[in-house]
Amino acid sequence: SPRAVNVDLQTDATLQVDISDALSERDKVKFTVHTKSTLPNFKQNEFSVVRQHEEFIWLHDSFVENEDYAGYIIPPAPPRPDFDASREKLQKLGEGEGSMTKEEFTKMKQELEAEYLAIFKKTVAMHEVFLCRVAAHPVLRKDLNFHVFLEYNQDLSVRGKNKKEKLEDFFKNVVKSADGVLVAGVKDVDDFFEHEKTFLLEYHNRVKDASAKSDRMIRSHKNAADDINRIASSLYTLGTQDSTDLCKFFLKVSELFEKTRKIEARVAADEDLKLADLLKYYLRESQAAKDLLYRRSRSLVDYENANKALDKARAKNRDVLQAETSQQLCCHKFEKISESAKQELIDFKTRRVAAFRKNLVELAELELKHAKGNLQLLQSCLGVLKGNT
Amino acid sequence: LQLEEDEAKDSFDVDVAVTNPEKVVQFKDTSLPMFRSKAFTVRRRYSDFLGLYEKLSVKQSLLGCIIPPPPEKSVVGMTKVKVGMDDPSSVEFVERRRAALERYLQRVVSHPSLLQDPDVREFLEREELPRAVSTQALSGAGFLKMINKASDAVNKMTIKMNESDTWFEDKFQEVENEEQQLRKLHALVDSLVNHRKELCGNTAVFAKSMAMLGNSEDNTALSRALSQLAEVEDKMEQLHQEQAASDFFIFEELLADYIRLLGAMRGCFDQRMRAWQRWQEAQSTLQKKREAEAKLLWANKPDKLQQAKDEITEWEARVTQYERDFDRVGMTVRKEVLRFEKEKAKDFKSQIIKYLEAMLQSQQRLIKFWEAFLPEAKAIA
Repeated sequence: SPRAVNVDLQTDATLQVDISDALSERDKVKFTVHTKSTLPNFKQNEFSVVRQHEEFIWLHDSFVENEDYAGYIIPPAPPRPDFDASREKLQKLGEGEGSMTKEEFTKMKQELEAEYLAIFKKTVAMHEVFLCRVAAHPVLRKDLNFHVFLEYNQDLSVRGKNKKEKLEDFFKNVVKSADGVLVAGVKDVDDFFEHEKTFLLEYHNRVKDASAKSDRMIRSHKNAADDINRIASSLYTLGTQDSTDLCKFFLKVSELFEKTRKIEARVAADEDLKLADLLKYYLRESQAAKDLLYRRSRSLVDYENANKALDKARAKNRDVLQAETSQQLCCHKFEKISESAKQELIDFKTRRVAAFRKNLVELAELELKHAKGNLQLLQSCLGVLKGNT
Repeated sequence: LQLEEDEAKDSFDVDVAVTNPEKVVQFKDTSLPMFRSKAFTVRRRYSDFLGLYEKLSVKQSLLGCIIPPPPEKSVVGMTKVKVGMDDPSSVEFVERRRAALERYLQRVVSHPSLLQDPDVREFLEREELPRAVSTQALSGAGFLKMINKASDAVNKMTIKMNESDTWFEDKFQEVENEEQQLRKLHALVDSLVNHRKELCGNTAVFAKSMAMLGNSEDNTALSRALSQLAEVEDKMEQLHQEQAASDFFIFEELLADYIRLLGAMRGCFDQRMRAWQRWQEAQSTLQKKREAEAKLLWANKPDKLQQAKDEITEWEARVTQYERDFDRVGMTVRKEVLRFEKEKAKDFKSQIIKYLEAMLQSQQRLIKFWEAFLPEAKAIA
């Protein structure tokens, strides 16, 4: 199955991960995670397990909570599979079956099933991209939880967070953003990080805005394509009333609209894949990059506090050794994070530029392909219609 | 029954232009020999158009002609309220009315009988028309409503007619079906227009957000490409705007016109029904008069007898007249229907071809935009 790769990743023979299959059940999706590896850590060279969305989240959260990974951009978690809207539409269609002709019903049902399938493919792609990002990361690919995720062929029994844990998370986020505001105000000594901070804050907001607006635009596009679909059906009905010249004309136009609206629907779908999904992905990635900056800032604050504590201890000549050790630890931690963060941010930029290039080129090529297809249909249809009158 | 189809012997252009929003209309005719000059311009108010329709309807109503209805004062009930289209001060509204009045006049003058009508000639030629007063109540929609109500009442009567009536029955059914289908299609096209306008707005907003994103991007080539993408999307907005106008002015208005015309055609069938009624009622009155005469003969009242005989003669003449009227109306209706179907086929074909040609041009421009963008995207490094 084709991967909607928004990220330019170098696939490595020592560890290759993909989602080879997926099953959509009533209210959950089961992903078959397939691994090929020459690493000695695994019992076999090739194996598969079945995972659900919650288990991906568990893995992601375990990375976030791991202090050792504080200096890395944690690949963003895939969004929860959401078929609610699609399911609702299918249900409404079922209820309204009596009020439309058999052809209309079959047509709409096919449309909705195609939509459902598209959403399904997308969620598979997004879960896959997460795993690929982890597998491509020099440090994260060695993570033990990741290996368990890939190999352990039983249910990880990751129950959903209970109410207390959800509340704790909420407060954690509140504190984090408050800190984020505080930290953002502090000018960094290092020019590189100062620039990155300014850049990321603005970039993230703008990508968020662009993402929301691209969704709205594409939805209007889909709506228009749906209208053309119904218009084609209506013209077909008019065309079958009789066998006059005009009726034959209607049938030809109906056929044309049937074809052009398929193309229009494809245009909307491709814009969704190449533009909307790209923006959504970089919304999540830029957030992950911001989180990294935040963690570095936190460690800087800790380092500065440790310095102050050391000065105080020396002044009072009390617990000096303890303060010295603590200060050294904080210093080391801060330097380690800074070093890896710098590389991570540089890699982020490289990935981002490559992904945008790939998707924008593909978008333009697809727009051209579809427009030329439309043009050809219109030209040939007009040729026939004008020839006959 | 051989019917001669009149070819339109005269073809000429009527240009209508609404020069300002206070409903003043200016137009010119060309090339028609019966008019006093080849090309001339008169100023008309919107109410003048309604007045013309009213006069024609009253006169022609007994003859079975299909009178093209003028655009209604408001189109509530046919379309979802759209910003601009129903706002008399908007450019779109003015253009819509202008185009509709133009089509209305073109249909009137392309009808061979209506063209001969003195009211039509006066409308086209006279410098100043007295203000039509009663059009308030009888705007196109109001008059159509009257016809519809009467038509319903007539339909409720069961009528046994002669064998040529199957043609009329079948045609009437066809017209009703077609009107229903067109209404459905009209609603769908209206929905398309609305969605295209939404797409327009959303594309413009998206273009701005892409421009902003391009500004933020610190890789130079990517930043440039994103700005170019924003420009492409701006051009797309323009395309969507034009496409929506084409959807509306060419396709949707065509359907609206024919929904009204089919309504007028139903009125036509109606007139034939009424002519038949009049004939039947006259026959039944004649019968009563004959019975009255017979009674008088039996009762031996010679003074009243002469009156009765006079009345019988009078009613016999009426019966003959009404029968002739009915036949003539029937023939006119048949001719009208055939002429209408030809016009309709021509109209639909030419308008839809125009619509498709606009779509084609739109795609050609779209291709140019994206072809210009592609190298920019490839230049990202």
